[in-house]
Amino acid sequence: MQMSGAQMVIEALIAEGVDTVFGYPGGAIMNVYDEIYKQDGFEHILTRHEQASVHAAEGYAKASGKVGVAMITSGPGFTNAVTGLADAYMDSIPLVVISGQVPMSLIGTDAFQEIDAVGISRSCTKHNYLVTDASELPRILKEAFYIAASGRPGPIHIDIPKDVTAQIAEFDYSKPVELETYKPTVKGNSRQIRKAVDAIVNAKRPLFYLGGGIINSNASEEVRQFVAMTGIPAVETFMARGTLRYDDELLISMLGMHGSYAANMAMSETDLVIALGARFDDRVTGKLSEFAKNADIIHVDIDPASISKLVNAHYPIVGDVKGVVIAMMELIADKVNKSRYESWLETIANFEKLHPLSYQEEDDVIKPQWVVERIGELLGDQANISTDVGQHQMWAAQFYPFTRARQFISSGGLGTMGFGFPAAMGVKRADRDRVSINITGDGSILMNIQELMTAVENKLPVINVILNNQYLGMVRQWQTLFYDKRHSSTDLSAGQPNFTMLVESFGGVGYEVTTKAEFDAALKDAVEKNVVALINVSVARLENVMPMVPSGGSLFNMMLASKEK
Amino acid sequence: MADARRVISVIVINEASVLSRVTDLFSGRGYNIESLTVAPVPDSKYSRLTIVTSGSVRVSEQIVKQLHKLIPVLKVYEHADLVEKEMALVKFPSSESPSDISALASAYNGGIVNVGEETIIVMIADEPKRVSNFLNLVKRYHPKEIVRSGSVALER
Repeated sequence: MQMSGAQMVIEALIAEGVDTVFGYPGGAIMNVYDEIYKQDGFEHILTRHEQASVHAAEGYAKASGKVGVAMITSGPGFTNAVTGLADAYMDSIPLVVISGQVPMSLIGTDAFQEIDAVGISRSCTKHNYLVTDASELPRILKEAFYIAASGRPGPIHIDIPKDVTAQIAEFDYSKPVELETYKPTVKGNSRQIRKAVDAIVNAKRPLFYLGGGIINSNASEEVRQFVAMTGIPAVETFMARGTLRYDDELLISMLGMHGSYAANMAMSETDLVIALGARFDDRVTGKLSEFAKNADIIHVDIDPASISKLVNAHYPIVGDVKGVVIAMMELIADKVNKSRYESWLETIANFEKLHPLSYQEEDDVIKPQWVVERIGELLGDQANISTDVGQHQMWAAQFYPFTRARQFISSGGLGTMGFGFPAAMGVKRADRDRVSINITGDGSILMNIQELMTAVENKLPVINVILNNQYLGMVRQWQTLFYDKRHSSTDLSAGQPNFTMLVESFGGVGYEVTTKAEFDAALKDAVEKNVVALINVSVARLENVMPMVPSGGSLFNMMLASKEK
Repeated sequence: MADARRVISVIVINEASVLSRVTDLFSGRGYNIESLTVAPVPDSKYSRLTIVTSGSVRVSEQIVKQLHKLIPVLKVYEHADLVEKEMALVKFPSSESPSDISALASAYNGGIVNVGEETIIVMIADEPKRVSNFLNLVKRYHPKEIVRSGSVALER
């Protein structure tokens, strides 16, 4: 069928089952927006900044497991979106981001709103395209969705010059994707799997190290079975939160810089690390030479470049976690001997007893950790939890009672402040039956505050809970601990907006909270009213995220608590 | 970790931007490419890149893995046992002895390829180390300009 490049974009999105596109129009992408106006196959949600378009698409993708889609214009529209692309690249989130470009004849002439978009996105996307002829569009669009979601997922950027969106060409979307040069290894090598299973059977103190790849692979059910079947304890990375239920007896906790003492000590004492879809990030391992130094390492990952990148794997297995775990379960079924781990589990229980994840309550002020726990008590499984970046993010990861995969949506690898609110809108769009909470800080929330308008206008009732300590808290914590309390540019006490007036000017509802009772009332009211809300909670100003492995330190050498007045 | 010289061949789809994708992996890590040659593979849609670089083993291995991950990359060869050749063109003033220069060049698989009124141009093709030796040897003939092609390599 003959049609314009712009129409092809619409047809392809519909054929891919896209129901939501987040975006922002502009000159170079107008032909496509004209076609969006005429169609009713999907809904376009106008964000108020292109960065938020991409973060919303990320939230949508993470909550739904589908490919997220964002659309933006050339020049500043594109450069605003780059942070989102980089964020999705670091956290392996499947996205297709379509940008307009100046017409082919103007490329390279410093035209209005021209920038070398594919040159910029090359290093922060899984793949990118500059479309030079409309006849290429059906193939490119189809490849983009395929590449985004397969193998190790990631963002794909398609840059389309304005004349190409106007150009008429043949549209045939039925041709299967043929990529001779891209064939991800999905099935793990069976000999390697057998060897790994033998290692598991023979280990005395094995430990599961569960990573975000499990969630991308939709393998949390299988991993839960595998853990239960073997009786082997597990630690989760930040990205894997929710893989096991919070109350699973074999789940120790999160490991890493702000992981629990028991999780980090278990990693230091184990004799066999079973890494599933984890990438040995520096915030997880601490000092590499001391990381799990008593252990052999089984590393299952779909990305061969992640294996032995930082820590040498004794049993490397390239493949999709889900299939590999199923294969391992079949092999291990009649070899399990849970009693073998009794003393190992006892050791871990002692670590947990010695220094549990905890905080000191105080009478006159709300502790930020309490707020996280309280949201968990009141909403639990009924909420999806997004976060921004900083102390509140770590407290959310430490203290929320996660019960399922895709419940926790946060910017892990890139650590993007301003991620949480737009992501929570995407989450709400993907999972309308649950409450979408954004746990945030008084620093982060202002980085995409304009999205209040998007959320109100499109009836995406995100509840933002601000753990307000009037500091850029995480940087302040490091300044306190490592810079002799020189709080350079982190004290926000003289720079606070009136959050309630702010949200109300956009048509949402604001709550000022200084007591626990007020918090309960505010959260219940916001959930009941089903509105866009800012709950501004005044919390203890100088609370630190503890325990902590100082940057570059060893996991077994944690700072456990610090009191500060 | 000791820096080692590495020769890497990469077979890529012959399309726009593929060269930048490959070189970005080096530049993003602050690694210099010593030489780089590109030419189409006959009767195919592919091109072959031969990259000579030096760096720590760990980073080089990581770059090779990342090369594999690039969508338009078909194959990556890290050569161990290989035949490696490089070409050089050298321009001499015609006042220098053509016979001396010619004799020297022939020892390096080459000879005079152009004679002009004021200059003569010599081509040689040999292993990179021997190309360097040749260029040292001919200094006394006052070369005016030197061009090296960069390496091409094949596994034995």
